[in-house]
Amino acid sequence: MDISFFTAAVVAGTPLLFAILGELITEKAGQLNLGVEGMMLMGAVVGFKTALMTGNPFLALAGAMLAGALGAMIFGVLTVSLRANQVVAGLTLTIFGTGFSSFMGQGLMGEVVPESMKLFFADFKIPLLGDIPVIGQIFFNQGMLVYTGYFAAIIAGLYIYRTSIGLNLRSVGENTAAADAAGIKVSRYKYIHILIGGLLCGLAGAYLSLVYIPSWQENVTAGRGWIAVALVIFCRWNPYRVLAGAFLFGGLDIIGFRIQKYDFHVSQYMIDMLPYLVTIIILILVSARRTSAGSPPASLGESYFREER
Amino acid sequence: MIKMSARTDCSAKESAAIRGGAIILALVTVSFFIMILGHNPFSVYGSMIEGAFGTVYRITETLRKSIPLIVASLGISLAFRLKFWNIGAEGQIMMGAMGATFCALNFPDLTSWLLLPMMGAASIICGGIWGAIPAYFRAKWRTNETIFTLMMNYVALKWLTYLQYGPWKDPAALGFPKIPGFSPNAVLPNVFGLHAGWIIAIVLVVIVHLFINHTQRGYEISVVGGSENTGRYAGMNVKAVIIYTIFLSGGLCGLCGMIEASGVNRTLSVGITMGAGYTAIITSWLSSLKAPVIPAVCVLFAAMIQGGTFIQMAFQIPQSAAQILQGTILFFVLGSEFFIRYRVSFIKNIKAEGEK
Repeated sequence: MDISFFTAAVVAGTPLLFAILGELITEKAGQLNLGVEGMMLMGAVVGFKTALMTGNPFLALAGAMLAGALGAMIFGVLTVSLRANQVVAGLTLTIFGTGFSSFMGQGLMGEVVPESMKLFFADFKIPLLGDIPVIGQIFFNQGMLVYTGYFAAIIAGLYIYRTSIGLNLRSVGENTAAADAAGIKVSRYKYIHILIGGLLCGLAGAYLSLVYIPSWQENVTAGRGWIAVALVIFCRWNPYRVLAGAFLFGGLDIIGFRIQKYDFHVSQYMIDMLPYLVTIIILILVSARRTSAGSPPASLGESYFREER
Repeated sequence: MIKMSARTDCSAKESAAIRGGAIILALVTVSFFIMILGHNPFSVYGSMIEGAFGTVYRITETLRKSIPLIVASLGISLAFRLKFWNIGAEGQIMMGAMGATFCALNFPDLTSWLLLPMMGAASIICGGIWGAIPAYFRAKWRTNETIFTLMMNYVALKWLTYLQYGPWKDPAALGFPKIPGFSPNAVLPNVFGLHAGWIIAIVLVVIVHLFINHTQRGYEISVVGGSENTGRYAGMNVKAVIIYTIFLSGGLCGLCGMIEASGVNRTLSVGITMGAGYTAIITSWLSSLKAPVIPAVCVLFAAMIQGGTFIQMAFQIPQSAAQILQGTILFFVLGSEFFIRYRVSFIKNIKAEGEK
């Protein structure tokens, strides 16, 4: 294995990174949004269409993030205001988002991202850090959005663990009733963090369609949204661990393609199963040794209704 | 201010009216969407209905598309009753179809009366095991079943791809990656112009209804679904209930795969499910997990799918519009359930309320 494999793993892990962070922040507020895949697809198609129409990378990213947030908003209204079942609402969002993206993506097949935008997202070396042997090549010779990903994870960590708003957020997810009694505006916290989650998932989708592929492909996410939901568990709801989880799975994502060079006598399709199988194994292992440090927010997935206490 | 309170007095009629209202609101919302696209919503909906029910052939097609939805919805409804979020129907259908295909390819000369039941049994076992694996871990360690079952879908998909491009590839197809067609013995017979899967579907609706409401096993599902602790205190083996219920759930989905492979495709391919495993999640939820309601909802959804292909030809509106319509309907129905469970009343102010 050469270094280029690890560089590529970071690239393949970046969409996962944004999606995991988005879901993690949503879950910190006690809301389990299974619509990640749907929001990513909405972001992917809107970002790609905006890129074709305007050629402006900022507008494309903003459009994608807003599309993700729009999906998240639907989820928020249903689960926070109307107390609908979160699992079903999230699943519906995924079905809706899949339909939305193939609807909007009709006729985009074969279109390619404009050259000017490819330049904008192209790799550049960070001075000093990029000169570190091996590590510099893997992590600091990347595109603008990969760096954004590092920052997003660190900022999310600082926000959740080092600010009072983050403390409030955690208390909403852990014990909603107590947070409410302490005067925290529970519904507002839930809405805001559901929306932040949507923004990040939209960005994750845009990364796939604008940078990773970068042309239009139907169902471009191929289950990455679901893997992201599983990796939140793997990362034990800790934003810093997301960096490791995302890049590890980025590596698994591309290993099937890379391994062909080595005349490996296993079918390509069997190796393609790897990310999914490893996700399953991780789920089992995490559940088998449940520790208090790595447990989900206590109120995760429960509707909160003040009048019912 | 707005006051909300729980209600338990919502009659079946009232809740049906609220759900119906929600569906109408969803149709209205999608109408705006259609208008933005520059079409007349009435003519689009009109031709959807025409496309789904306009001729005998179209009605048959609609019913043909409703069969997999009905069978898979029945399976999913069992799991959802248990609050086991089985979204692995897609993979369970594929594995069921694989089991049936294995029999069909290996015993092509066996008489239909033996071969078809054998294919059915194989499909139930394969789909059931595919569901029981996540159920086992959920029962043992509370492993998250939502993601587990979903990951199993992708594993099943890759496995079928492997079979289709590898060991099961038809040598007679000149290198084209397809699995050989079934012998006539392995094909479900036509009854009144539609493959016999419709009879299986109706029988299953009755069986599942009786099973849930009139057997001890069915009752246990409702109890454990309501509260695992209640089940445990009542002396039920909760783990066993989870595992065998999900085996049945996956088995029904597997049978759905056999019906599609044998009745419709007469072979196996990676596209065997046509997304039925996901659509059936919506339909079983919209049916409130009630077996007798499932066929009606599934025919409605099959009509949307069939009508969706029709409007694609008539208006060049992409077929995925049907998927958006389905998602929107479920959004509205999910939202409307709030008004079934809670009463919303407007009061002038809290003080006035207190003085009464």
